[in-house]
Amino acid sequence: MSFTDILLMMFGAILIENFIFSKFYGCCPFLGVSDKPANALGMGMAVTFVISLSCAVTWAVYTFLLEPFGLDYLRTIAFILVIAALVQFIEMFLRKFVPALYNSLGIYLPLITTNCAVLSSTLLIIENNYNFIESVCFGFAAGLGFTLAIVVFAGVRARLETAHPPRAFRGFPITLVAAGLLAMAFSAFSGVSFG
Amino acid sequence: MKKDGFFSQLKRGILDENPVFVQLLGMCPTLALTTLVSNAIGMGLAATAVLVCSNLLISLLRHIIPKQVRIAAYIVIISGFVTAVELIMKAYLFDLYQSLGIFLSLIVVNCIILARAEAYASKNKPLPSIVDGIATGLGFTFALIVMAAIREVIGSGTILGYDITFGVYEPAMMIAQPAGAFITLGIIIAAVQKIKNSVEDKKRLKRLSHVEPKERGDKE
Repeated sequence: MSFTDILLMMFGAILIENFIFSKFYGCCPFLGVSDKPANALGMGMAVTFVISLSCAVTWAVYTFLLEPFGLDYLRTIAFILVIAALVQFIEMFLRKFVPALYNSLGIYLPLITTNCAVLSSTLLIIENNYNFIESVCFGFAAGLGFTLAIVVFAGVRARLETAHPPRAFRGFPITLVAAGLLAMAFSAFSGVSFG
Repeated sequence: MKKDGFFSQLKRGILDENPVFVQLLGMCPTLALTTLVSNAIGMGLAATAVLVCSNLLISLLRHIIPKQVRIAAYIVIISGFVTAVELIMKAYLFDLYQSLGIFLSLIVVNCIILARAEAYASKNKPLPSIVDGIATGLGFTFALIVMAAIREVIGSGTILGYDITFGVYEPAMMIAQPAGAFITLGIIIAAVQKIKNSVEDKKRLKRLSHVEPKERGDKE
């Protein structure tokens, strides 16, 4: 795969097949943490970091450990363990060296373990037979797509807070409807083709 | 386990504390796999199977698992059962396996299962935990089927693959697309909140209209 192909793949992963708006990977943190733009940005960066790192590690685990020994069927268990360990490591690292970020992300960091965006991107790179470089780029792009979605949506939600929807729609439902409208905007990218 | 206890627990899991519509958990599969009713049923039952097994095992091991590593232990247990379900489905229900795709593996990170493990199975005896697993799993399945039925009828004009438009209406593609998933779920949850609100309003009205404090216990 040439450099251009990798760029196109990344473009596709960020916009056309956006993890949130076209694949629905990682909707829980997307709907949970997107109430303030600053938090959303922090969460997005943390997720991008974890996805890129775990894509690299799980690719190595799969290629050098699981595949040669015919342990293909163990990949879900192996990957989730790798991700859990990585998240734990990042949490300790942040607490020690970047306490400000640690305090603002606080309880959300452990949630990254159970963020399906991370697990699904590690599984997708195996399914698509990506090599190491492609895997890391794909993970990074997937994380960027997630960050883009969550930050844009946090801005929308900041506006929603001052709006007055009908009582039944207050809170979660109006958030979902707004997400739907944003998804509609993102679906316009599906018309983009590379000639 | 008493018999009426079983049914009241079942009702609580499916209606009063529905994991999707009321507790707002497990959004990813709810949004992604509800374009067709058949996918919804498959996903719901697969998740229920995993939930019942993991609840049972976690409840049996609740005194053995150290508190500090419990989440990691739960995830390993859950992913073991997910792999089992995946292999069984690959062997016997290959079409469904293919249409569920990666979301079958993603049951591992489904918040409903982890939430039940943490909130219920780790504190209760095995038998009630199984019942709780069945109730919550069926609640999840029910939510998926409701979502999928609405989206399949409006979005594709079919139900379980049978054409039901009879030329009366044109399917609205938008509802079958990602945007439609968000909007449909938003409207359903709004309807649930509407019902909750009106029940609460009635309760409050009743409480206010009865002056004697003995008649109405302080339920709120």
